[in-house]
Amino acid sequence: MSEHHDLDLASIRDSLTGASGPEYWRSLEELANTDAFQEYLHREFPAQASEFTDPVGRRQFLRLMGASLALAGVSACTKQPAEVIVPYVRAPEELVPGKPLFYATAVTLGGYATGVLVESHEGRPTKIEGNPEHPASLGATDLFAQAQMLALYDPDRSQAIRQQGDIRTWSAFLGALRGVVEAKRSSQGAGLRILTGTVTSPTLARQMAEFLAAFPAARWHQYEAAGRDNVRGGAQLAFGAIVDTRYAFDKARVVVSLDADFLGAMPGSVRYIRDFSATRRVRGEAGGMSRLYAVESAAGNTGAKADHRAAVRPADVESFARALAAAVGVPGAPAATVPAAAQKLLDAAAHDLLANRGASIVVPGDEQPPAVHAICHAINGVLGNAGVTVLHTDQVASAPASQLQSLRELVDDINGGKVDALLILGGNPAYDAPGDFRFGEALKKAAFTARLGLYEDETSALCQWHIPEAHALEAWSDARAWDGTATIVQPLIAPLYGGKSAHDILIGLSQAPGRAAYDAVRDTWKQAAASAGAPDAEQFWRTAVHDGVVKGTAFPLKAVTAGNVFAAIGAAAPAAPGLDLVLRADPTIHDGRFANLGWLQELPKPFTKLTWDNTVQLSPATASRLGLRNEDIVEVAVGGTSVKGPAWIVPGQADDAVTVHLGYGRTRSGRVGNNVGFDAYPLRTSGAMWAAAGATVKATGGRAHLASTQLHHDMEGRAIIRAGTLEQYRREPHFAREMAEDPPKTLTMYPEHKYEGYAWGMAIDLNTCVGCNACVVACQSENNIPVVGREQVAKGREMHWLRVDTYYKGPAERPEAYHQPVMCQHCEKAPCEVVCPVAATVHSDEGLNDMVYNRCVGTRYCSNNCPYKVRRFNFLLYQDWDTPSLKLGRNPDVTVRSRGVMEKCTYCVQRITQAKITSEKEDRLVADGEIVTACQQVCPAEAIVFGDINDPGSRVSKLRAEALNYSLLGDLNTRPRTTYLAALKNVNPVLGGDGGEHKDGE
Amino acid sequence: MAQTFHPSANGIARIMLFGVIALVAASGYLVYQTSKSPYVTRAFEARQQPIQFSHERHVAGNGLDCRYCHTSAESAAVAGIPPTKTCMNCHSQIHSSSAYLEPVRSSYANDVSIEWVKVHDLPDFVYFDHSIHVNKGVGCTTCHGRVDQMPLMWTVKSLQMEWCLDCHRAPEKYLRPRAAVFKVDYEPPADQLALGGQLVKDYQVKRLTSCSTCHR
Repeated sequence: MSEHHDLDLASIRDSLTGASGPEYWRSLEELANTDAFQEYLHREFPAQASEFTDPVGRRQFLRLMGASLALAGVSACTKQPAEVIVPYVRAPEELVPGKPLFYATAVTLGGYATGVLVESHEGRPTKIEGNPEHPASLGATDLFAQAQMLALYDPDRSQAIRQQGDIRTWSAFLGALRGVVEAKRSSQGAGLRILTGTVTSPTLARQMAEFLAAFPAARWHQYEAAGRDNVRGGAQLAFGAIVDTRYAFDKARVVVSLDADFLGAMPGSVRYIRDFSATRRVRGEAGGMSRLYAVESAAGNTGAKADHRAAVRPADVESFARALAAAVGVPGAPAATVPAAAQKLLDAAAHDLLANRGASIVVPGDEQPPAVHAICHAINGVLGNAGVTVLHTDQVASAPASQLQSLRELVDDINGGKVDALLILGGNPAYDAPGDFRFGEALKKAAFTARLGLYEDETSALCQWHIPEAHALEAWSDARAWDGTATIVQPLIAPLYGGKSAHDILIGLSQAPGRAAYDAVRDTWKQAAASAGAPDAEQFWRTAVHDGVVKGTAFPLKAVTAGNVFAAIGAAAPAAPGLDLVLRADPTIHDGRFANLGWLQELPKPFTKLTWDNTVQLSPATASRLGLRNEDIVEVAVGGTSVKGPAWIVPGQADDAVTVHLGYGRTRSGRVGNNVGFDAYPLRTSGAMWAAAGATVKATGGRAHLASTQLHHDMEGRAIIRAGTLEQYRREPHFAREMAEDPPKTLTMYPEHKYEGYAWGMAIDLNTCVGCNACVVACQSENNIPVVGREQVAKGREMHWLRVDTYYKGPAERPEAYHQPVMCQHCEKAPCEVVCPVAATVHSDEGLNDMVYNRCVGTRYCSNNCPYKVRRFNFLLYQDWDTPSLKLGRNPDVTVRSRGVMEKCTYCVQRITQAKITSEKEDRLVADGEIVTACQQVCPAEAIVFGDINDPGSRVSKLRAEALNYSLLGDLNTRPRTTYLAALKNVNPVLGGDGGEHKDGE
Repeated sequence: MAQTFHPSANGIARIMLFGVIALVAASGYLVYQTSKSPYVTRAFEARQQPIQFSHERHVAGNGLDCRYCHTSAESAAVAGIPPTKTCMNCHSQIHSSSAYLEPVRSSYANDVSIEWVKVHDLPDFVYFDHSIHVNKGVGCTTCHGRVDQMPLMWTVKSLQMEWCLDCHRAPEKYLRPRAAVFKVDYEPPADQLALGGQLVKDYQVKRLTSCSTCHR
């Protein structure tokens, strides 16, 4: 099984230079067309097949089959067990059993809030949706917000207050804490320290301020592993003050991204994707689109959307920024040299920027050093973008200038014996602090340590006290979005494990320890209402809680002008020889905080489609030079520290740059995340938080077996993804349809269906899809899709109903990448239906391809006959039927599938049925847009549209009429109800086929 | 050599041959009929409840409307089992010291739910919605029977898919005017098919037989 990852790089190069390889490809294996790849491709469920030919495996298989048949026979003769109905004693007034209620609240990532609406069934939260009224959401969320549902019900969360391992009560803890604090009253709190992550909560900030007023010598430290120190540092350099910068991508015609993954996980990304995709949506033949240039070190989703992209080493991002500044005429910008590959792109980008003054954005990545941020501020100032597309406000977070410095002072003070009591509220510094701080060792030296955390993790293990933290859906709080908009965080459920919030702990330190967090939050906003002159404070509070947005709390814009940044930042450091190490937060488990969430562990990562692991990512050329193959275990060393991890070759990675994702190798995250992947934090030092020069990578001789979904769904070089350029589209609008010929509709042996009434269909705009993966997690949450684990994924048994395929085009060194979400296409002539011997998959009157679980006997013929490979089979009992907390979180409107059953996308039939019932009761038709599938609802790019294709006025009908619309594998005459709009690149004619771009020769 | 089998053995062989087929068919029929029988479906079997609650007394005796207790029948998927509070609306005054009602009072006083035994229990993979049926003119008694004549609750239908489909294929056989949906003593007219046909048109009732109508 592992052979399929072995790569013969020579044959890859041959196939490229010989131009015999396919134009679009999914993986290097395919490009090289190895024998192993061919064999792998031709097996539907590879591991299962070999189990049957292996005599021992076959005997075992038959025995199990016999046993299960016998059981099936017995079960058919039993009566249904008696069940009970448990009504309320006193029913809550607004609650109708069977009808979900939605409550507005917010979830945070790195402190920044996304407004959400949480679906609650009889008091059990089951699904998170975006809040359409919240500026950071506009109805969508990212994948992390979706997974908060699983975090709430995670059975591995800590469940008791512990002191050195022994269970204690809350009052015992408060007594101990107050004892320590009161003893410090005479010294004004000297030696008292509180460490938090980034805080945007006005209430927590107020409570902290009150505590520090009572204990002036106490200190509040902050540290966030994936924090924004560089953003603050850049603002300080450019403006002499810390201001926050946000962007109005909807107003920009040209965007230059300097290693900024603004379509990924920056604060405000969900909104940025919405705004950016609005400028990329091509409707009608006169439609236009913005242009995106990207300079990146690692392959990222932003680079995949770029019209022109250059992969450069980390240090060259700054050179590029400097040269760009000189090219657009920033005063004082010295000339800088950039790699030859990026020079043309730079010239074209500078030209475009100058032609779009006030309508362009140069956006630096949060991970870029302050100098790059400062240069970008200067460039945006010169281009007249500041205040138009690049907006400045006061800092949203209550953060110090440098959280790194704040943590350093704390560590130094502990080591210097100046810290007597340390409270760690959230975070996980023992795991994610820079390696050179040796935070864990320091932590043991403090006299009193207490930790508030969701899990008893690496940090809790080193603290004397551990207090279980209430999840965001269990506690009252408040938080600000990236633009300052505040949301009252309200609990959906009482704390499952008696969790407490940071507010509770600070109340415990205050003069009125009996108060509740609710009162503290309410006080903050009643005061705010009074100072805002609201006539009725109670009304103000109730409206704010109900809406999930406190009106008028977005920070006002601030006019700032960049000074002479080049004087401030000095000369560029000379390029270092050797390899560069690039450290990034993981795209699915972030800085490690989500390590115990199976949904995110099993979510295939962008491009690599790896699950359950992090890797050492190398460009094809670098891997070839170092003689490394996929899954070789390598030792990455920098600055005297080294870690070992498996290598993975990523097309689009910058040569001589090695990307490693943080967040793995947890030892105390819980049963799911423990010992998964390798811990890269030891490589991270306070002097090189995101990139380090002088790294070495060498093979250890070991091999790893990684679980990638990359090859499982290959469609063998047909016109599956269709893409062109904007210019080509204007010349021949139907180019996408002409890439393959759809056969005449009469040419079919399948029965004809008549669709009177509704005919459901879906259109997916590949031009706006950014491959963010939120749809995959939303689908998992909505449809009770199980997590199967690494072993099963490696066998090709992952259960996601919706996957995001990545296709590459062009040479392996500079490929273009395209994302394509694929779920059941609901074919009108569905090949799966005719082969089912028990009619378990049948056609509905409205064109849905229905899957009837209780009829399915598991022949898997349907999956064999499905050209899209979207059917998923429960080889084992993947659902957890025993853990009580997980039962609470399931969607009661969707069947929980058992072993031996095929399943697949239903177009969220539960939502369709609900909308139909509602409309029928009101004697009307379902309105367009009334049915929103889970994937559509979560999509920040609004790339997915669902509706009735029998209604010519529906949005989906209009999209299907677009020239770019095409059917996936339409040449098979399956007539899918899901269609795709081809992707377009807005190529700069000056660059033409260069700069990572291919001439349109389709 | 003498024949092993006498010619009459042909007859025995024939009888055996057809007999086996008939036996298989008969036992198949027996299994089929048994699976539909009240023995398996538990129809007409009164279920013991934690409280001797009588629909007969409350509906026929006191004239309560179905919706006084089953409040969400018109608006939600489930008709709703009344909270203890609903019982206490009356029983804090009427029979307030009856020993039969001790579990109700204790539930109300201790805030502990009464656990009723489910009588009409569809399999978990069936998603039935009361509200749409009620709104389309399916009467309560059409499925639940003469509840006003049941001291303890029992089912009168098999609740099997065949029974659902009987109506889903030909709703005109069972529909009644919306105004009569909650009438327990409603008697269908002699020309039910004519009335039903008219109601199918008036209420735009569709013949929904796709699997995903009920299974998802």
